[in-house]
Amino acid sequence: MTHLLSAKGLNKRFGAVVAADDISIDVPVGQKLSLIGSNGAGKTTFVNMVTGYLKPDAGHIKLEGMDITSFTPRHIARLGICRSFQIPQLCLELSALENLLVAVSAADPEGLSLWKPADAEDRHERAEELLDRFGLSSYAHRRVVELPGGVRKLLDIAMALARHPKLLLLDEPTSGVSAEEKFATMERVMGGLAHEAATVVFVEHDMDIVARFSERVIAFYSGRIIADGQPDAVLRNTEVQRYVTGMTQ
Amino acid sequence: MSALKSLNIAGAAVAVMLGLGLIAPKWLLFLTTLAASHGLAILGVVVLTRGGGATFGQGLFFAVGAYVTALAASQAGISDAVVRVLLGGLAAGLVGALVAPLLARYRGIFFAMLTLALSMVAYGILSKSTALGGTDGFNLARPTLFGAELTGDSADYVLYALTVAVVGLASAWVFVYFRSSSGLISLAVRSNALRVEYLGASSRASLALDFTIASVLGGLGGALTALALGHVDPNFAYWTTSGEFVFAAILAGYQSVAAVFLASFGLEIVRSFSNLYFPTTWQLALGVFLLVVVLFRPGGIGSLWADRSRRPGARKRGERASVKGGVAP
Repeated sequence: MTHLLSAKGLNKRFGAVVAADDISIDVPVGQKLSLIGSNGAGKTTFVNMVTGYLKPDAGHIKLEGMDITSFTPRHIARLGICRSFQIPQLCLELSALENLLVAVSAADPEGLSLWKPADAEDRHERAEELLDRFGLSSYAHRRVVELPGGVRKLLDIAMALARHPKLLLLDEPTSGVSAEEKFATMERVMGGLAHEAATVVFVEHDMDIVARFSERVIAFYSGRIIADGQPDAVLRNTEVQRYVTGMTQ
Repeated sequence: MSALKSLNIAGAAVAVMLGLGLIAPKWLLFLTTLAASHGLAILGVVVLTRGGGATFGQGLFFAVGAYVTALAASQAGISDAVVRVLLGGLAAGLVGALVAPLLARYRGIFFAMLTLALSMVAYGILSKSTALGGTDGFNLARPTLFGAELTGDSADYVLYALTVAVVGLASAWVFVYFRSSSGLISLAVRSNALRVEYLGASSRASLALDFTIASVLGGLGGALTALALGHVDPNFAYWTTSGEFVFAAILAGYQSVAAVFLASFGLEIVRSFSNLYFPTTWQLALGVFLLVVVLFRPGGIGSLWADRSRRPGARKRGERASVKGGVAP
């Protein structure tokens, strides 16, 4: 099986806290993988190491065989690993369309220009297509600071897609979204991703969403992997039920 | 509003300014020349502020432009005004490009203090250098223009026209830059530099580019000011000069190129008349004015029309959206 991402023996400590303890994960091309675990279990630390925000104390990360362990977030994004954030990282002063134009401009293979308009025809079309794909067209000209949380989440994910990533990491895509809207939001996210050939890794706390949308689940506890497999099997695992889902029988 | 339409408006504004210059009294012509050349340096501050950098050292590039323009004539025998202004802008841009990679590593107060430190180092060097006239500076000979001697009252108009033309060209390019992909990334860096990195663009490179552009504009402004005054001195690099540029930049806001020159003109008018009627307390009037702007128009005077164009309904249904990105003509 071809592995898009291969992380081996990752360790990360913050003082006395062990955030990653010998984490090894191989992600095949096209897989939809969810990472579960209680707060502080090490899920976001793993995402941050893969995207270059944190450097592991030990271990290495490879993308299609290339060691990216010491690369910066910018270099890693250019190689095709993009992410969204638990708290959407957007440009609050700009409109939704302008945020997407920022993303599309940054992803333009021609590079940035000192005179070519940011809203040139090709970029504009791509930005509007992304807005449309996530049902955000009606918010195009509203400043982000005026947008509701769920819309910001979708915009954050749409921006991550501007580069046609090989690997997309979504950090809690439904957090901050009301319980009634969680499934609809996730349906919209997955619908938006259907056009992409991206492999998806998402961090999620809602087990119904995990069971429905992932092909594989990895459970973290205290910086370690305690279960790895198909959703049904992982969610039935007694350690997972004890430490993660709290659904002990 | 399309870029072309905006640039046409800028061109028309330059033509009107050139026409008004023909009938303006001499004092107003001189004051407008100074306001426009200072406006270039202020525009540099605005470019940098828009991209997330706060500078208190724009005086460094203002001084480099002025001194290089002066030295081009006294040391290299270059008398042509256009060549001297271009040399001033290029020299300042070169200095800016050299220090930009270092400064772009910093943000906020550290960035501001480093720019201030560099300008004060330049002030110290210029003050102590007897070859450059020390604290008194030195005078410049009248420039020529394409081989023609500039004499009498016509010289003032020619320098005014040259300043207006340079301001027009520089403003038009800055306007294009603000709407470009680099300009939009620069605006995004100001808002969220971390996200820009995660999108694959470099926030440091963006800030370094803005700093270099600001230094070129500062140099052009210094060069034109030196030609208008016929004199250069170390005060061009002093922190109060940089402070005045920041003052006018706050007054203008970063949403409009035109507002920069309005603010600069307003500042020169207030300074001139206040100096005349209440010379010891005119800074008080300026301070109160700035306080009012910060409290009631924190986006600067440019936001008066830039904000309006962004309100819902301002754009006609079906009209293709354009990147305002905080820029209006």
